[in-house]
Amino acid sequence: MKYDIILAGVGGQGILSIAAAIGWAALDSKLFIKQSEVHGMSQRGGAVQSNLRISSEEIASDLISFGSADLILSVEPMESLRYLPFLSDKGWLVSNSKPFVNINNYPPLEDIYSEIKKIKNHILIDAEKTAKEIGNYRASNIVMLGAASPFIDITYASLEKGIKTIFARKGEEVVSLNLRALEAGRKFAEDTR
Amino acid sequence: MEKLLLLGAEAIAQGAIDGGVSGVYAYPGTPSTEITEYVQSSGIAKSKGIHSRWSTNEKTAVEAALGMSYAGKRSIACMKHVGLNVAADPFMNSAITGVNGGMLVVAADDPSMHSSQNEQDSRYYGNFALMPVLEPSNQQEAYDMAYDGLEFSEKCELPVLLRLTTRLSHSRASVMLKTPKPENSVKFPKDPIQFVLLPANARKRYKILLRTNAELENISDESVYNRLFNLPENGKSELGIIACGIAYNYLMENLNDEKVKYPILKIGQYPLPKKLINELYNKCDKILVLEDGYPIVEESLRGLLNLENKVKGRLDGTIPRDGELNPDIVATALGKSTKTFFEVPKVVVARPPELCNGCSHRDIYTALNVLIEEYGHQKVFSDIGCYTLGALPPFNSINSCVDMGASITMAKGAADAGLHPVFAVIGDSTFAHSGITSLLDAVNENSPITVIISDNATTGMTGGQESAATGKIENICQGIGVDPEHIRIVTPLRKNHDELVSILREEVNYKGVSVIIARRECIQTAARAKKAEIAKNKESK
Repeated sequence: MKYDIILAGVGGQGILSIAAAIGWAALDSKLFIKQSEVHGMSQRGGAVQSNLRISSEEIASDLISFGSADLILSVEPMESLRYLPFLSDKGWLVSNSKPFVNINNYPPLEDIYSEIKKIKNHILIDAEKTAKEIGNYRASNIVMLGAASPFIDITYASLEKGIKTIFARKGEEVVSLNLRALEAGRKFAEDTR
Repeated sequence: MEKLLLLGAEAIAQGAIDGGVSGVYAYPGTPSTEITEYVQSSGIAKSKGIHSRWSTNEKTAVEAALGMSYAGKRSIACMKHVGLNVAADPFMNSAITGVNGGMLVVAADDPSMHSSQNEQDSRYYGNFALMPVLEPSNQQEAYDMAYDGLEFSEKCELPVLLRLTTRLSHSRASVMLKTPKPENSVKFPKDPIQFVLLPANARKRYKILLRTNAELENISDESVYNRLFNLPENGKSELGIIACGIAYNYLMENLNDEKVKYPILKIGQYPLPKKLINELYNKCDKILVLEDGYPIVEESLRGLLNLENKVKGRLDGTIPRDGELNPDIVATALGKSTKTFFEVPKVVVARPPELCNGCSHRDIYTALNVLIEEYGHQKVFSDIGCYTLGALPPFNSINSCVDMGASITMAKGAADAGLHPVFAVIGDSTFAHSGITSLLDAVNENSPITVIISDNATTGMTGGQESAATGKIENICQGIGVDPEHIRIVTPLRKNHDELVSILREEVNYKGVSVIIARRECIQTAARAKKAEIAKNKESK
């Protein structure tokens, strides 16, 4: 088994927390992982991405090749399109529909949505709205992970364990919120796919 | 043995801790910062009392590491590639002095310039200094090279340069740890004048260095990090491949399900393993060199005249001349086709980095732009830090960013040329790093320049590390002779805009050195401190 994920977003949106949850779950499932991340200048509100590779065999490259990502998971709609050359023909694009507008020339949202909808395997979800419904908009990144979870080759139970581990420090309330967020995201994806 | 999920940078830190290091010296710089931060947050490092406080700049870091080595203990100095330029003086000379305790210099290169002003290749420095260089291909090797590198340094009595690139530094994978080694105790060098580079002694030391270098070549041929395999038993192979450091991963990614077995030389230790290269060279019609950074290995194999026309790589266009490698570039170099199914839609626009909302640099540039409108454009020299983003819209305020501290001295040079007014914008950490001597030059000639020190009390761009001059900036400026009347302090906030503009205007009219200290805490570190305080209050309840 080999599963390549590109996580996308804008610096400061916290895509690395999603990477950490998947990474933890992959290790728990005795899989190999390599996860390359962006530090430095682009963290200041620029486009950021992380390459996360999971495999049952040892992984050579830290970077994903063109046309081979199984999943693009983006917490921002325009950013979900930036890495399309990396997506495989059978890959899934899972994106938050809520834009992060910090540039003057941000394109019309309808144009972005229509490009996303051109990808047959896509999920477009308003993660912030879903997160608010289950208790707190801050859990929107984990809603996104939930929405991508049906397509990731890792058991749901392992993802839950990952979330419990990562948020344990922040107390029972935060853990339970994020577990609900995971579930809500997953349910949305399963209902709409 | 314990297994940890570590960034390449963190693997180096853990390797050094387990390899018996007693001191880590560094100035923050992407992609090297996480080495030192890991040691700072390591419980074991704390309990052992391993030094890990930030140095003022890379030069002071390498000197302190060399001092610890002189005293017999193991040390490591970490920096980004351009930091090695700052540290070049002690670095070059530490090869002549040699070491007592083992010493590693880690340089993290940034090909493709993700967060840098150039993509220089630190392996040249290793060659230049005649120092052994280690270059890991993965996180495990990063750990092993730091762990073994300290001891190797002691054995060959030379500092060792450990070179890695952004992708390895900032990528996580599992690392298997080894049994921790004890720290050295204090022990003087056997020769009391080993470190005295008076010409007569330096000449002796240099001959020793040249002798050692010849031995190092033999050591490279035997190194576990240099491995030649898949050589044809009879005859010649059409293509042989040399892969250095992380390039080896991109190569293996592409050869995973290949039936062709190319002869491969994986290189992780320099000086180059001559015997191994010779063997590969003579058994292959063509040699493809894969190296992240400059075409160093390729250049030396090819020679100035490229007489045999046998070597392929960046110099003959097989691989782009600039930028980092990736699996697709390597695939193309191997003649494989790369495929894409989707293109980036035209609707996608660039999203460059920007100053944070509420950042004090914003208020400074808003005020400075008023003066720029009055006095004309292209008169603002700046420096390296978050505030360099003032070069981009909506500010478009600054006209230079060259090297740490250059803002003040470039402003001085421009003033010498007759430009007026001239401004320098520099951050507090950059000022401490290399701006103080610049300011002294300006003071000594009473140059008519207006220096703005944007003091956010941290090293912001790299994530908020302590800044060496915090709380000392006025005293430093006064101490080196800036007229106290022209050291102005202001809080850059929107409500103080008019005050900031009028201070700038007054100081522009002063025909000497003015320093305006615009002081407000970085909003990232302020938010973090607030969060920590709330958490603490929660706990105490």
